[in-house]
Amino acid sequence: MSKKVIATTSLAGCFGCHMSFLDIDERILDLVELVEFNKSPIDDIKVFTKPVDIGIIEGGCCNSENIEILKSFRENCKVLVSLGECAIMGGLPALRNGIPIEECLAEAYLDGPTVGENKEGILPNDPELPMLLDKVYPCHEIVKIDYFLPGCAPDADLIWNALVALVTGNEMDLPYEVIKFD
Amino acid sequence: MKEKIMQIVTKYDADRTRLMDILLDIHDMQGYVDDENIEVLAEALGMSEAEVNETISFYHFFTKTPRGKFTVYLNNSITAVLRGRDAVKSAFEVACGTKFGAVSEDGLFGLFDTSCIGMNDQGPAAIINDRIFTNLTVYRVKELIKGLKEGKKLNELVYESNGDGNNADKDMQSMVQNNIRKGMFLLNKDYNKYEILKEDLSKHSPEEIIQIIEDSNLRGRGGAGFPTGLKWRFGRRVDGEHRIIICNADEGEPGTFKDRVMLTEYPDLVFEGMVVAAYATGADIGLLYLRYEYKYMLKFLNRVLDEMREHNLLGNKILGIKDFDFDIRIQLGAGAYVCGEESALIESLEGKRGEPRDKPPFPVERGYLGYPTIVNNVETLASAVKIVKYGAEWYKGFGTKDSLGTKLLSVSGDCRFPGIYEVEWGTSIREVIEMCGADDVQAIQVGGPSGVLIGVKDVDNLGATDLMKWYKPSGMMVAQKIYDRKLSYSDLPTGGSIIIFNNSRDLLREVVMNFMDFFIEESCGSCSTCRNLPFVMKQKLEKILDGHGVRQDIDDLLNWGKIIKVSRCGLGQTAANPILSSILNFRGLYEKDVKAMTDFDNIFDIEKSVDAANKYLGRKTEFHHN
Repeated sequence: MSKKVIATTSLAGCFGCHMSFLDIDERILDLVELVEFNKSPIDDIKVFTKPVDIGIIEGGCCNSENIEILKSFRENCKVLVSLGECAIMGGLPALRNGIPIEECLAEAYLDGPTVGENKEGILPNDPELPMLLDKVYPCHEIVKIDYFLPGCAPDADLIWNALVALVTGNEMDLPYEVIKFD
Repeated sequence: MKEKIMQIVTKYDADRTRLMDILLDIHDMQGYVDDENIEVLAEALGMSEAEVNETISFYHFFTKTPRGKFTVYLNNSITAVLRGRDAVKSAFEVACGTKFGAVSEDGLFGLFDTSCIGMNDQGPAAIINDRIFTNLTVYRVKELIKGLKEGKKLNELVYESNGDGNNADKDMQSMVQNNIRKGMFLLNKDYNKYEILKEDLSKHSPEEIIQIIEDSNLRGRGGAGFPTGLKWRFGRRVDGEHRIIICNADEGEPGTFKDRVMLTEYPDLVFEGMVVAAYATGADIGLLYLRYEYKYMLKFLNRVLDEMREHNLLGNKILGIKDFDFDIRIQLGAGAYVCGEESALIESLEGKRGEPRDKPPFPVERGYLGYPTIVNNVETLASAVKIVKYGAEWYKGFGTKDSLGTKLLSVSGDCRFPGIYEVEWGTSIREVIEMCGADDVQAIQVGGPSGVLIGVKDVDNLGATDLMKWYKPSGMMVAQKIYDRKLSYSDLPTGGSIIIFNNSRDLLREVVMNFMDFFIEESCGSCSTCRNLPFVMKQKLEKILDGHGVRQDIDDLLNWGKIIKVSRCGLGQTAANPILSSILNFRGLYEKDVKAMTDFDNIFDIEKSVDAANKYLGRKTEFHHN
């Protein structure tokens, strides 16, 4: 049987979910036996080079680049998994959702106490930069998401059990400990 | 100002459990309670300012900012909408020169929405400075506001048309109509007030009274149907320095107005019921929790209580019976549906936010101020009086095997004769429809928004897969089948709200949306399920109605609807019912609007969503696809 292909990305997240993923410790050796990585920060492949079985998304969408990457994941992956609070709910970045974007930008670049030297009031408007969205969106409001793994960050065992279930096609092992958050 | 507030505080012995009354009095005096007042209150009552704020912010009719010399609360229940509320609302806005949710610049008029005010049979109705104005039309609104601007008094504008019966009483003088369409023994003019207390009560021991009520199988009429005799027996058994009888007159379920009519025409009967309950259980304190919307009855009801005191039917040694001391106080609410839930009602009586308590302990064990407390509905207490008078056997002659006696139905919506019908339990939906003169019926909401939009089976007992079994492509087919279902605890239990919709009504856009707005507004916010799910479920419904729905959305609604059952109280547990029961019985209406061919649709528009930031930053919206 050929190995399942996996891709991962971190959108508007903190990479904490990826770090938690690495907490599977020595099981990473088993993982390499089970799967092959494609586009992912783990192997630093930047673009999709083949069809992918499982795409894992950390973080929600706060700018146009996030949207583009998320859509490319949907196009290239058979199954998409939202990993962690930010991908599922918008998480910490979504705290700005109750505040108009204009106020957020003003606070960040013009009025905030840490703005300091920006006396000319320069705003980040270079065409190279991704465009900011009006609010932070959870991934399932942009594309269809097949599975959700909650947590901030999700427990390494939760990620591992989910991956094993997806790869082997068996039912997922979901003991209370892996979905208990505090 | 501080002095006046201190006077009010002193009137209530600086008792923090009377905070509701204190706040109500301050509102009567100046129309609002501001931060300065709160500081004074907190100090005088030995509370923190946050605690005072907590109570104020909970209730719809409490405010920290002035709401105008004349404050209009326009009822937004579904029947008002069906009877032209939108035009009436616009007429108010034009005439008063302000939008809803705000106060006019001259401070004369404040316009606000409010949930059902118990006038579904004569809506659209509004409360203006505690007075009820019914059957509002555009013309009537213009006339009213013109009159007020010319300096006429509110009562001058009411007197032109007093309602029937006691509505015209000098202490009520309201234009509300009773609309009693059918009476049996509760609504019956042959009733001789106080007869039962003076002649029958002392013939029985308290134990015997409880036995009679138990034998009659009387069940709570508020909707839940708990056996009344059993509740009384529990209450009597629990030790306590005091025992409390509470009459729940906080009927907030949209479409219910039976308590209004009972308290208008037969207040003595209700109070007698409280005295009987007190005698049977050994209670010494009686409280009637009257919803704020019915404040116009307060003076009248207090007069009835005074009269009973004169006849020694309240007070010490009632009827000369040794140790039988019992009196009744009327407590006004301040606008909160959830206070109809008995433990929330008790919290409110203690001057707190009306958030339901965890149970157990139940109120009969530890209720008001920690004392054993029996909470009964208005109609239950009135029924108890008749049962003691005529006996359990007589009572068993009415109704069906599991549902004895009569039920007061509050009928409204698309029918020729909305109003109150006292019917035997076991009456079928077909009979109700024929009674009230409804034609071309599409659907009937039984039990208010928390009840069911009726169909083949109650949704509560079913999982999502079971629901599929009951799927019928056409709402009408289902609706026809239900005509023979019977109002009873085993088939269609109800607190009495019956709202009828004809075929011209859009069940989802008009009815279900209105009900979801109600639950979103009235959630106390304590449980996250009831605080959030009605909101996201309504969004999901909007998505479907906007043509962006997929099949998964219907399944999501059903699954999320199951989660809400973990909420603490009945309000939360039933807050998804408008959506669940309409999917159950009118699934065709949902499927009509969902896309069958795609499994995902969103309403996300990237150009729109980057627009605000780009404008602010002064950059063009450009996409460079690789």
